[in-house]
Amino acid sequence: MNAKLPDAEALLPKLAAELKARITPASAMIGLHTGGVWVAERLHPLLGLKEPLGVMDIAFYRDDYAKEGLKHDPKRTRIPFEVEGRDLLLVDDVLYTGRTVRAAMNELFDYGRPRSIALVVLADRGGRQLPIAAQHAGARVEVPAGKRLRLKRAADGRLSLELEDGG
Amino acid sequence: MSLLIKGGRIVDPASGRDEIGDVFVDKGRIAEKKGKADETIDAKGLVVAPGLIDLAARLREPGQEYKATLASEMDAAVAGGVTSLACPPDTHPPLDEPGLVDMLRRRAKALSRARAYPVGALTVKLAGERLAEMSVLAEAGCVAFSQANVPIADTQVLWRALQYAATFGYPVWLRAEDRWLSREGVAHDGEMATRLGLAGIPAFTETIALATMLQLVGATGARVHFCRLSTAAAVDMMRAAKKEKLPVTCDVGIHYVHLSETDLGYYDSHCRLDPPLRSQRDREALAAGLADGTIDCVVSDHAPVDEDQKQLPFAEAETGATGLELLLPLALKWGAGRKLSLVKTLARVTSDPARILGVQSGRIAPGAPADLVLFDPEESWRVLPGALKSQGKNTPFLGYELAGRVHETIVAGSVVYRKQ
Amino acid sequence: MAANPQLNASGELQHLLSIEGLPRAILEQILNTAESFVGVTEREVKKVPLMRGKSVFNLFFEPSTRTRTTFEIAAKRLSADVINLNVAASSQTKGESLLDTVANLSAMQADVFVVRHGSSGAPYLIARHVKPHEHVINAGDGRHAHPTQGLLDLYTIRHYKKDFGALTVAIVGDVLHSRVARSLIHGLTTLGAPEVRVIGPQTLIPAGVAALGVRVFHDMRAGLKGCDVVVMLRLQNERMNGPLLPSAQEFFKNYGLTAEKLALANPDAIVMHPGPMNRGVEIDSPVADGPHSVILPQVTFGIAVRMAVMSIVAGN
Repeated sequence: MNAKLPDAEALLPKLAAELKARITPASAMIGLHTGGVWVAERLHPLLGLKEPLGVMDIAFYRDDYAKEGLKHDPKRTRIPFEVEGRDLLLVDDVLYTGRTVRAAMNELFDYGRPRSIALVVLADRGGRQLPIAAQHAGARVEVPAGKRLRLKRAADGRLSLELEDGG
Repeated sequence: MSLLIKGGRIVDPASGRDEIGDVFVDKGRIAEKKGKADETIDAKGLVVAPGLIDLAARLREPGQEYKATLASEMDAAVAGGVTSLACPPDTHPPLDEPGLVDMLRRRAKALSRARAYPVGALTVKLAGERLAEMSVLAEAGCVAFSQANVPIADTQVLWRALQYAATFGYPVWLRAEDRWLSREGVAHDGEMATRLGLAGIPAFTETIALATMLQLVGATGARVHFCRLSTAAAVDMMRAAKKEKLPVTCDVGIHYVHLSETDLGYYDSHCRLDPPLRSQRDREALAAGLADGTIDCVVSDHAPVDEDQKQLPFAEAETGATGLELLLPLALKWGAGRKLSLVKTLARVTSDPARILGVQSGRIAPGAPADLVLFDPEESWRVLPGALKSQGKNTPFLGYELAGRVHETIVAGSVVYRKQ
Repeated sequence: MAANPQLNASGELQHLLSIEGLPRAILEQILNTAESFVGVTEREVKKVPLMRGKSVFNLFFEPSTRTRTTFEIAAKRLSADVINLNVAASSQTKGESLLDTVANLSAMQADVFVVRHGSSGAPYLIARHVKPHEHVINAGDGRHAHPTQGLLDLYTIRHYKKDFGALTVAIVGDVLHSRVARSLIHGLTTLGAPEVRVIGPQTLIPAGVAALGVRVFHDMRAGLKGCDVVVMLRLQNERMNGPLLPSAQEFFKNYGLTAEKLALANPDAIVMHPGPMNRGVEIDSPVADGPHSVILPQVTFGIAVRMAVMSIVAGN
């Protein structure tokens, strides 16, 4: 394990504390499969939200289908509340190029028109290719070239950030 | 014109001969002694055998020249070492008139390639209703009478046709097929047809008709040659019929001793054949029946089909496979598979069909017509469209490598084919 | 035998021609993807932009409004462009060969061909001749296969019964002529259903069917005992009053599904039918409209399954 990577577990209470300030009666949370759902599942109970957690898979909104096809079995998007007029907290594990968030927002707007969307990520590694920014980031992480930043979940549920080979 | 074929391995099934030696040809016949030779062929390393006699080869003339012509198919025949062939009557129009038969014989003769023996139609237009003028047709040169692949549905007509033919001693060549049972099917009614969703032709389509025909042979005394057996049960029935000394013989198509329904694969229309390729058990029984002599000989059942007619969904594709150039290597493959001697293997394509046709060819003996094939049994070649002289490139064996390459083919003492 | 023409060199699905020969993993991939699409069909914006810019050509040589419409809906929900070509069988025999028709369409930049044809094997012939980036989906060929129907049947069964490993399934009716039955049989055996039965008179059960891994019943009451799923097949009009069956009434008497016969199956058995139903021939109205019937949900699932198949093959 890389000593320079932040402790994911420690980031969670920090994020929760920040988010408490922006909760409104219209707030609801949606996690992006798969790592974003893990993070959202940990944050959701800490924030006293009325609505259950929504989960989203952006497989059908990706911009790389022509090149890659459907890479793996998509998980089912389940949003158990009306999106219309909501203050949404969109949660993902790692923010990088911004393409995933772009796809997520396109998909969200096919469900309805939220009042606002705030992006919440555990780690922001920079390298944006689109004009996307996180309103709340647990930590900024420098990722060496040729490596990928991944969130892992252990059998007991403990989250950790790890580096892997790959773009 | 005299020929000396020197130092080849002479294989003559009629006499059982298999030895190195010379063959001398003079004035179109095998000669007793060596005389002065106009031409000498060095046959060292080659087998010298009687030219192949193929009892079923479609030359597509008259009428279907877009598929193939007499010239192209005769070239194919001699390239395959076939020196005599019998043509089924299913030309367009069918061979039910002496003029057509005469024209076919003369055109074939003018080409000076293989000898052609027309088989006349048993009924007018092959329609299964009126008898054809068998005597007139016999006079024009027909060696037998047949319905090709069009069975007679009306058993009364079949009975009378056999009676009539028996009157004059004309041989009748019949496909054992019940027309009602086979009319909708395109593949053997078994596992593959179920998987592929193809309408099936049950095995009893053949055996029910065969039982009827064998009874009629018994009742009329007609000499019947059964064409293209396809089921194990039919082989058993033939064995029993021969034991009873019925005047019957039979053949099998060369494809049926090698292939089965499994070879249809993903709807390979080159395997769309009539009769259909049946189960592995049937194939095994046919291969064994050919070996033990229950099945008298093997034929190519040559049927050139335009590629457009094959590049169609299976049920819509035309039936048939090209075979004149594959008969020899595939017969050798069958014989090797059954561990038969070369003498025994070649009997099924030389002396045995000669006996059924009633001709003097098919043997290497002084006085016999000099119809010979010189081939290298070890030499392999790849079955590719460019390698085939036939206009029909439709074969399930496309891409296969087969052993058995013809070097020279001689008909009536003249070399009609030389390997390039 | 040649390599499975449905899979590309990497073992991914490039054409859907038949359920037979597809590995379990691919069937499950399709079903799982379909589940996500069911979510899409349930929300207000029923479209995703996945196949925007792609062209889907519906090439129907056999007329069919239902199947063609569901493929069209599925393609449009993927934002693909759809062209419908109803090539009546007679125009085929008049001139243009099957392959010529396909070649002409190829020249018009097709991505996916959805093909329905009266001859078994026609989609295989087409798949052998399309360009590498073109994909063929079999919408029914002769009596051979109807893989998307088989998949939506599998989806339906999975939705209501969850685990294939414990199921007894009966397929009732004209199995001989049914591409739906063949596809479903292959799907069930691949996904591990331990007991698949076919029920019908001898005239309507194909000779080699036991080799597909099914048990044959001619007595419907015996065949329905202990079933969890009962699939009723459509009986076509041309089959009746001929050498195969004497009449629709007699067929209904022996092989029609009524509440009384259904009671022999398990109490929570589901009843399926690929449609369109012949009420009073295969099935009576009380059963078709009753609590065991899942015939209408089958239709909804059908759109999601077709969306899944299209998006998977077009991406490979």
